[in-house]
Amino acid sequence: MADSGGGSALSVPPGALDVDCDLVTEILTGFVRDEVRKVGFERAVVGLSGGIDSALTLALVCRALGAENAIPVIMPYRASSPASERDGRLVAAQLGATPLVVDISPQIDAYFAGSPDADRNRRGNKMARERMSILYDISLARGALVVGTSNKTELLLGYGTIHGDMAHALNPLGDLYKTQVFALARHLELPPTVIAKAPSADLWEGQSDEQELGFEYARVDRLLHLMVDERRGRAELRTLGFADAFVEQIQRRVRDSQYKRRPPLIAKLSNRTIDRDFRYPRDWGR
Amino acid sequence: MTPAGAAAPMPAPDPASPPAETEAEAPRGDIVVALAQLAPRLGDLRANLARHLELIGAASAQGADLLVFPELSLTGYFLQDLVTDTAIRLDGPELGALAEASHGIDTVVGCILESDDHRFHNAAIYLSGGAVVHVHRKVYLPTYGLFDEARDVAPGNRFRAFVAPLPSARPPRPWRAGILICEDLWHPSSAYLLARDGVDVILCLSSSPGRGVGSGGALGTAQSYDVMTRTYAQLFTAYVVYCNRVGYEDGVNFWGGSRVVDPEGHLDGEPAGREEALPLHRLGLAVVRRARIANPMLRDERHDIVDAECRRLSRRERG
Repeated sequence: MADSGGGSALSVPPGALDVDCDLVTEILTGFVRDEVRKVGFERAVVGLSGGIDSALTLALVCRALGAENAIPVIMPYRASSPASERDGRLVAAQLGATPLVVDISPQIDAYFAGSPDADRNRRGNKMARERMSILYDISLARGALVVGTSNKTELLLGYGTIHGDMAHALNPLGDLYKTQVFALARHLELPPTVIAKAPSADLWEGQSDEQELGFEYARVDRLLHLMVDERRGRAELRTLGFADAFVEQIQRRVRDSQYKRRPPLIAKLSNRTIDRDFRYPRDWGR
Repeated sequence: MTPAGAAAPMPAPDPASPPAETEAEAPRGDIVVALAQLAPRLGDLRANLARHLELIGAASAQGADLLVFPELSLTGYFLQDLVTDTAIRLDGPELGALAEASHGIDTVVGCILESDDHRFHNAAIYLSGGAVVHVHRKVYLPTYGLFDEARDVAPGNRFRAFVAPLPSARPPRPWRAGILICEDLWHPSSAYLLARDGVDVILCLSSSPGRGVGSGGALGTAQSYDVMTRTYAQLFTAYVVYCNRVGYEDGVNFWGGSRVVDPEGHLDGEPAGREEALPLHRLGLAVVRRARIANPMLRDERHDIVDAECRRLSRRERG
């Protein structure tokens, strides 16, 4: 640490977001295998968007459980980019998993027939939740646990749909920033087109994460790492080159999306309220 | 606030008619204490500070000599990682502003206090005449049930009485006070030590989460505090001033019920309800005197026996 200048107020070690990809792969593979099997499952289902997060998640699931036990599900809407389905199929093929394809257009269009002027946020959220409900149906039909694909950057920024893509049983990527997801995807040699393309939720035509968020992942990851992991204060962040306005914007996003990262509030009445003073690990007895 | 029949030691002050100007200039054996039963905004130091200054002004205008806020009044209670973000220093601008406001009215506030060696304490600060007069750092940090305090803050290590200046009352003899914070009250040794240190009044700041609804009208926690405040007041023949907060945090309610119990163990009027309130109570040195003549337990207390037995038990506990 002394060599890289880490820990000093005025410098950030250049490789602060570096991870040991072999070690991370080993831990995440073990995590998926252990948590899926100990609750009595052999298979896992993953929504495959054609993007890097779901591709990496599927790769980890295939390593953990075997490709034959991985169920990738591609769920295009009629306005989705054709490249999304193509890239999803490419990832599944490379990993040796057989994808299911479920077109969500009929139910989405049927629902919004009654609200033709619904804006794209409503439509996008509805699609994300439709996909969630399909994954959970397949979960029951095929005896497969739903594995989510949200990374730490998205989770902290609240850049996801609550009860949509944020709903799942396990989340292997939730403690990796987007920058680290890229590194791991390269390490696991996922298809270059998937790694190279601009990240997008693909909820409407031409949507781009970085355009919609208004900043680049590389920059916000560096800031989030300093704020969250290193607990740097405002003055230090300023010294490190982050404008107050940007820091405030990100702090506000993190604070205002806290509700998305927590279970719903239960009004306390008794002496033992679930999750408040009735505390058991989720892996209770497993 | 309604006088509690025969139990009321003195007529209650009418908030609408503050004590006359001339009364404030003559020595008074009695003081008017206001209880700031508020609902802080969780983790919003700036908003809470503004609210404190507002309430100090309001209580002062109503003739209060002392204003007591609840535990962690400047920050809210379930702070978790907000502890370090909302911490203040003894020489910081927040206490500076509150001290400045304490020129006309003594004030006790609850906060997260950061030490020079970066320990964080759940603390109560007594301010008077522009200065910090006394600091109490919560000793007993509940870490069971719904509580996690010892994970987030460091424990205090003393219970000390102090002289409450109360310059607006110009009391004929000093009022000795001691501060306890919420869980401190659940350990009778805390109140005993303050009593032995000569307090006339125990100021208890609280953020008590309401729970237990199966017991006929009052929350289980409220019943417990009712028993403790009345018992300590009566046994230690001292006033117990209890200020609890209200509001909700992450689904947990705080039940208010702020009250004053006199040295004979009688409630001074009705406790406050579950809403924000600024009730006033009149406390009198004459009442302390009367209680101690009628029930001279403090005079008769055998400190020598307590000390000898404590020494014996200490030896035994050390093995």
